[in-house]
Amino acid sequence: MKGKQLLYGLQFEKMSTGIMERLKSGIGISEGGTVMDAVEFVLQNFTEMNKLWVRMQHQGPAREKERREKERRELRDLVGKNLHVLSQLEGVDLDMYKDVVLPRVLEQVVNCKDEIAQYYLMDCIIQVFPDDYHLQTLETLLGACPQLQPTVDVKTVMSQLMERLSNYAASSSEVLPDLLHVEAFAKLSSAVVKVIEAQPDMPLVGAVSLHVALLTFTLRVHVDRLDYVDQVLGACVKKLEGKGKVKDSKATKQIVALLSAPLEKYNDVVTVLRLTNYSKVMEHLDYETNKVMAVVIIQSIMKNNTSISSSEKVDALFELLKELIKDSEGAPSMDEIDEDDFMEEQNLVARLVHMLVNKDHEEMFKILTTARKHFGQGGPKRLKFTLPPLIFAALKLVRCLQGHDAGDEALVSPKKIFQFLHQTVEALSTVPAPELALRLYLQCAEAASDCSLEPVAYEFFTQAFLLYEEEIADSRAQVTAMQLIIGTLQRTYVFGVENRDTLTHKATGYSAKLLKKPDQCRAVYACSHLFWLEEDGGTQDGERVLLCLKRALRIANAAQQMSSVTRGSSGPLTLFVEILNKYLYYFEKGIPQVTSNLIQGLLELIGTELQSENTAQDRAVDAFFASTRRYIQFQKQKGDDLAERYSSIQVVSPP
Amino acid sequence: MVLVLALGDLHIPHRAPDLPAKFKSMLVPGKIQHIISPGNLCIKEVHDYLKSLCPDLHVTRGEYDEDLRYPESEQLKIGEFKLGICHGHQVIPWGDLDSLAMLQRQLDVDILITGHTHQFKAYKHEGGVIINPGSATGAYSSISYDINPSFVLMDIDGLRVVVYVYELIDGEVKVDKIDFKKPQTAA
Repeated sequence: MKGKQLLYGLQFEKMSTGIMERLKSGIGISEGGTVMDAVEFVLQNFTEMNKLWVRMQHQGPAREKERREKERRELRDLVGKNLHVLSQLEGVDLDMYKDVVLPRVLEQVVNCKDEIAQYYLMDCIIQVFPDDYHLQTLETLLGACPQLQPTVDVKTVMSQLMERLSNYAASSSEVLPDLLHVEAFAKLSSAVVKVIEAQPDMPLVGAVSLHVALLTFTLRVHVDRLDYVDQVLGACVKKLEGKGKVKDSKATKQIVALLSAPLEKYNDVVTVLRLTNYSKVMEHLDYETNKVMAVVIIQSIMKNNTSISSSEKVDALFELLKELIKDSEGAPSMDEIDEDDFMEEQNLVARLVHMLVNKDHEEMFKILTTARKHFGQGGPKRLKFTLPPLIFAALKLVRCLQGHDAGDEALVSPKKIFQFLHQTVEALSTVPAPELALRLYLQCAEAASDCSLEPVAYEFFTQAFLLYEEEIADSRAQVTAMQLIIGTLQRTYVFGVENRDTLTHKATGYSAKLLKKPDQCRAVYACSHLFWLEEDGGTQDGERVLLCLKRALRIANAAQQMSSVTRGSSGPLTLFVEILNKYLYYFEKGIPQVTSNLIQGLLELIGTELQSENTAQDRAVDAFFASTRRYIQFQKQKGDDLAERYSSIQVVSPP
Repeated sequence: MVLVLALGDLHIPHRAPDLPAKFKSMLVPGKIQHIISPGNLCIKEVHDYLKSLCPDLHVTRGEYDEDLRYPESEQLKIGEFKLGICHGHQVIPWGDLDSLAMLQRQLDVDILITGHTHQFKAYKHEGGVIINPGSATGAYSSISYDINPSFVLMDIDGLRVVVYVYELIDGEVKVDKIDFKKPQTAA
């Protein structure tokens, strides 16, 4: 048996070499017969050898396994060689291939019903015959696929074919019209459907991989045809229908591959948003994978600097990102979610907000309100990540509109945006995120002041103060909050006398009530600046400035005494030196109430205290006082008007 | 020659998605000896990124910083220079150079690095230099309009510091430099 096989094989070797040589030397087809005869011979040989090979797969004692493997391989190669010979035969043109060769070969492939042979032979056919033959016989070739054994990896066979055709299309621009002409895409799509129908037991991963292969082909050959791409996704959606969230991890991986391919090809999420079936495919990802995919989408936007420029696009995009933006029914509870991961995701969503842009003001406002609507459904934990970037985007929009008087009929105006801002910041304060909300109210107040909207600015300040009174209890947070309130108020010029007085009074009142005396002192002398606004038309009330400074001095004194009592020595004199510097500041501004006498007095007070036994040594204070004195000396030596005024101040160096 | 990077007020992610790409490509790990930031990074990811550029990172607290442990101010010595860092929202009026000079006297430093206004400033006065590196991302500020992203690189060499300011204007990085010399003081 074995000997016969080998002999047969060797004979074939000789014969095929013989044929090749005869044909090459041009010795007649007339001598030995027609091309048809040669083809017939090879086809018969092919068929017989294949049958032999298939039979051999399943025979033989176990102990001779290795030798049998070797023989099987050799026979397999010989079988394949037949096909190679067929492809090389002169005279085997497209028509011969189409009418004779391919049908006969495929007949044998299907009928042998052997999975290894079928896979090998399909692969051979695809590799060995030219691509334009495949194009012209596409339907026939694909027609064999559903008839193959269910265990054959038909996905790989078909993707090999599709890859060859893609490469063929890429090789020359003249190929594409041919592809369109033979309706390659339509044939491949329907072949995929037929294969899936023919194998009802095909696991989901197989079906999805087929679609991935088809999509890869489509993206390479028909990249401009979004409708084709959408069609492939749609076919996959149909297959996934009713399956809910796919649990098989291999199938999930293929779904992710399906979704990632258009993202990577187009590098433009806006294009991907036009694929109506995209979100439907994404629905079938389990919760975790869906979030991962959403992150990939956002990263694509950030990397490619893609602008999302309309409210409709925002809607479509946020639909894809919904597992990140809100809690769906299938989502795990908040306790199960890792905090750090959650923060990272939400910060990524926050970054995304900056890509939602349109220069047209009306559209931009629509974008903001649309995003706000989506974020509003995100639950309290998300708001402090997602709302602030919206707020700053809105403040930027206000700036664009500043100065244009659009009138009350306009779809977007600073007033309307401030209403949006008000309710957005309000949502934050109920999260609760009072410190953040306070900061944002102050941002809005300053912006409203720049727009000359006094009532709006007043309202924002009111909300900030209310938050301070009701929600901010931590002493350190109070200190910062007061700094921000005073700093903002010092910069707002929109208020009339009454409103300004109310707010200033509140600010100074709260400053004096901070817990620690040094904090009180500093906040109170900071308030002095509320009575001295530099710019045109701003309040300049020297009396009130001095009152603040004197109050600060009293607090500093009280702090010293407290320290003396509780610690046994006076506290550091830093506060006094700070207040001295403030005196100098106002002295230079020319406030009549801040006299050189006052400064002299304070200078001497500090100098005396520093030398007192009661005072704890403090290098920092010494250095501060020294640099302050140096400053005064420097000002005195300048030789200008200021130096004139400084002349009455004596600076005594310490011993 | 000691290179010190000063940048702040990035406000990521509330006001900006990231550093400008052109800045990012310039900032390469291993080239800088110290990084100083007056604050408002604002999230851990930005801190970690800066740390990856240079392990010696000094950050003071901005009012939006997520990490509450950053100090209100910091002092350090680099070469012959004493540097002070403070975000600046604590100093009222905001951006007022005289008030910042007072802080400088209080911290007793030659160079004060501060932020908050998002506007680049390098101000020399008899007590030293005040540098505001601006906003590295060009973030929105209620205080300043039309901000270009900017940061500062200081080259400290003996008693001299050259301050390079990098500004992103219309997509191009423009560089300017300012020289400061510290007067030799008696010990």
